Amino acid sequence: FCFSPTRVGKAVNAVKGANIPVASVATGFPAGQTPLSTRLEEIRLAVADGAAEIDIVISRTQALLGDWKGLYDEVKKMKKACGQAHLKTILATGELPTYADVYKASMVCMMAGADFIKTSTGKEAVNAILPIGLVMTRAIRDFYERTNIKVGFKPAGGIRSAKDAVCWIVLMMEELGEEWTHPDLFRIGASSVLGDIERQLYHGTTGRYHGKDYHHEL
Amino acid sequence: AMLAGSSLLSTLEYGPAPESDAAANAWIKSHDGKFGLFINNEFVHPEGREYTDTVNPARGEALASIIEGHETEDVNAAVAAARKAYESWSQTSGHYRAKVLYAIARQIQKHRRLLSVVESLDNGKSIRETRDADTPLCVRHFYYHAGWAQLMDTELADFKSVGVIAQVIPWNFPLLMLTWKIAPALAMGNTIVLKPAPSTRLSAMLFAEIAMEAGVPPGVINILPGGNDLGFNLVNHTDVDKVAFTGSTGVGRLLRRSTAGTGKKISLELGGKSPFIVFDDADLDTAVEGVVNAIWFNQGQVCCAGSRLLVQENVLERFINKLKRRMNNLRVGEPLDKCIDMGAIVNESQLERIKYYVDLARKEGATVYQSPGELPESGLFFPPTLIYDIETSSKCVVDEIFGPVVVLMPFRSPKEAIALGNNTAYGLSSSIWTESLAKALDMAFQIKAGVVWINSHNLFDAAAGFGGYKESGFGRESGKEGLYEYLKPKWHARIRNSFTQEEKEAAWGDAVPTGPSLPGSSKCVDGAIDKTTKMFYGGRQARPDGDYSRVIVGPKGEKCGEVPEGNRKDVRNAVEAAAGAKGGWGKRAAFNRAQILYYVAENLDRRSEEFANRIHQMTGEGMESARNEVQASIERLFYWAAFSDKYGGEVKETTLYGATVSVHEAVGVIGIACPDENPLLAFVSLFAPAVVRGNTVVIVPSEKYPLVATDLYQIFETSDVPAGVINILTGSRDLLSKVLANHMEVNAMWYFGSAIGSYHIEHDSACNLKRTFVSYGQQRQWADLTEGAKFEFLYHSCQVKNIWIPAGV
Repeated sequence: FCFSPTRVGKAVNAVKGANIPVASVATGFPAGQTPLSTRLEEIRLAVADGAAEIDIVISRTQALLGDWKGLYDEVKKMKKACGQAHLKTILATGELPTYADVYKASMVCMMAGADFIKTSTGKEAVNAILPIGLVMTRAIRDFYERTNIKVGFKPAGGIRSAKDAVCWIVLMMEELGEEWTHPDLFRIGASSVLGDIERQLYHGTTGRYHGKDYHHEL
Repeated sequence: AMLAGSSLLSTLEYGPAPESDAAANAWIKSHDGKFGLFINNEFVHPEGREYTDTVNPARGEALASIIEGHETEDVNAAVAAARKAYESWSQTSGHYRAKVLYAIARQIQKHRRLLSVVESLDNGKSIRETRDADTPLCVRHFYYHAGWAQLMDTELADFKSVGVIAQVIPWNFPLLMLTWKIAPALAMGNTIVLKPAPSTRLSAMLFAEIAMEAGVPPGVINILPGGNDLGFNLVNHTDVDKVAFTGSTGVGRLLRRSTAGTGKKISLELGGKSPFIVFDDADLDTAVEGVVNAIWFNQGQVCCAGSRLLVQENVLERFINKLKRRMNNLRVGEPLDKCIDMGAIVNESQLERIKYYVDLARKEGATVYQSPGELPESGLFFPPTLIYDIETSSKCVVDEIFGPVVVLMPFRSPKEAIALGNNTAYGLSSSIWTESLAKALDMAFQIKAGVVWINSHNLFDAAAGFGGYKESGFGRESGKEGLYEYLKPKWHARIRNSFTQEEKEAAWGDAVPTGPSLPGSSKCVDGAIDKTTKMFYGGRQARPDGDYSRVIVGPKGEKCGEVPEGNRKDVRNAVEAAAGAKGGWGKRAAFNRAQILYYVAENLDRRSEEFANRIHQMTGEGMESARNEVQASIERLFYWAAFSDKYGGEVKETTLYGATVSVHEAVGVIGIACPDENPLLAFVSLFAPAVVRGNTVVIVPSEKYPLVATDLYQIFETSDVPAGVINILTGSRDLLSKVLANHMEVNAMWYFGSAIGSYHIEHDSACNLKRTFVSYGQQRQWADLTEGAKFEFLYHSCQVKNIWIPAGV
């Protein structure tokens, strides 16, 4: 479960004992348009409140200007601020102009210590789409081939149906293998999929299509 | 019940995703599992015919039994039906035919899933491909050609239909190849007798039903299942006007020879061994995916398959590792499973052929890597296969295997990639993988192939021509260029020459040189200095290898001079010069070629009276008429100079986002034998289009009146014509033509001589499948632009290369 930084403390309390890690978005989510010092402080506060995972947004300006060294330095500082917490870097791919930029941003984040790379905040006009997923998973593969380090992948936003989710799992299977379909290396950011999974399970087990009034409102 | 249970969720293995064959089986059953000949819009079952089971190669089960047509009776009946239908079909309006083609397109769309399933069952190709590639392309093709039918009257006003077309198609894309053949033929007003491949006839039967439903009149499309004898007799039927064939180069060569000299049109879409060239700056992962499309699409049973993988050496190891990793994921199996990557091989003999080559590679010590996934226990399956550490001389590298087998070789520089890529008898397609557009285009221009894909492979569309260079055949399918295979200029008569075996075997192309005078000829007594005419090749005047001369006499028997008697060694030398010059000449800017041709015209004009005199003296034509011929020749030079930069090609409106560009490239070295009529004008009319479009020529002037052409070499020498571009050989037209037609370095042969000579030229040109342009013994009005210039000459001076350039960021 993923929360905004102000909600982390409450969330940690709520899931205490359930072995569910609490994740927090940080660094001026979703735009990332606050000073670096503020963004780093946000991470430290969330971690101090008990967040086990931090989702940061990369600076679009750096990506758009091709300042890859600058981006690397920033993400590295964020990684340091995370301490023991896992770092997920959100590329906001809908705002990166080319596939080559998506690949470079993926590589830079992984080099700077990202444990996961994530497509989107869910707030861009275009969120997780398969062609972008292809570029990012191949970047993960290249990084693994060169460093032996396994980085996880999280598509987020725009995934609405169980079928969409299956497509993403197939992508992981085909490009990275079965190992990359487990939660330590693969997550889906898709709050609306759950309802559809319920519908599909109903159809799968009964052979009847589900009705709206029989399904649980989330 | 539909979920297999929790184990599926933990292993994440792919489950079965079967496409139903119920509708296909019901359709077969509605015909009682038995299909006859399709003639005059009826399935007919003449008595005494045998029936053969058509078999699903994935399951080994018979699907239906299909008639074997009789090789004479049924061929005659089908051709007669097509001939009768031609009388009215060829007279229909373009709009009428457009409506029929449109209806076919719509009917295919309405029954697309049935067609997809039938095709998959019969051929063994995956439903994924028949559903997503084969049938959508068929629909697109009929739509596109419905458009050309509509536009024929206005956009192709100089052309008419050809007549009855015999079409012989292969088993790899049964329905799509049928479509590629039938759509343009119908659109242009021809009628058809089509022979489907023996292994795959079922979708043709379903198409026949669709065509009837769409309102194709009886006799316009006839489908004749049968064996090789039937095919051979169909192609050679005297009432067939054109032959269109897709298949092996070996059979294509046979068909070229058997139709030689008859005047039938012929187009051949033959084999390939196409290079897939990967540079170190390519997106290697995308290139790996490209290999999957290039060689494992349709189990590699694709004439334009990327079967030779050339990879830049500094990324070789990485590329091989990536490719192997990808191969590990490929799944081979039941073609009707919607998630299968590769289906079944079409029949036993094809599977044996594939196994033979892979075993051979192993014996030769090559490394063979195959997809490790399990194959079904029964059925005709073969795994995706990669071969490397192999010599370029291996049969596996040279021969078209026509299966899921790719050979991989390294290269170090673009130049080496081109050398390796072009080192094949074939020239069907190629793909170039690099992120540098400049490099990609440089390669695209230099690869000798009819289709070049940049960062892609096996893209097709009705708007872009498809067809080969070299031994991959000639003629194009799709695009405007494809229409010309089903059209002829309106002024053309229907030529139907035939020769007895005795006539064909009679000596031809032999010549005995003359002595200093001919019987009855008078001596040259004008008191002028004796003139020695030479041959002209490689930019210099050359004495004949044989040291013989031939006396040329005027109309009253007076001796006008001598020309060298050229022999086969002179041909060898001249072709060597022409081949050496063709690369540089073809690369020159069109403007530069135009300037040179204009300069030839200028210098001819300067000496026009001298040339008129020569014509008058040799032929006995009056001075006025001789002057007219010189003026017409100068004008013809201007005409072709004008065309130097106005026939470069066009942008094709395909479904690709990007640019699909057709480039009209030079054919290469063209051998030309000139007629005796209009000795200057015909000579100019023949060399000028060839040369201005970037070819180099070895040209034999009129045998009777050669001096007016040999006089021209002084003009060529003073007009900046580069060495080797125009090469002139004198002597016996037929002897020299015969050597040219048999020369493997000559790419096309134009022959304006006798009917039997035209037979020999077309027959012998099959050795390397050179294109031919022959007169069949007919004369043409060289002074008339319609007959002496225009489209025909451009068509024969060019070959179309379609370059696919995807766009994207």
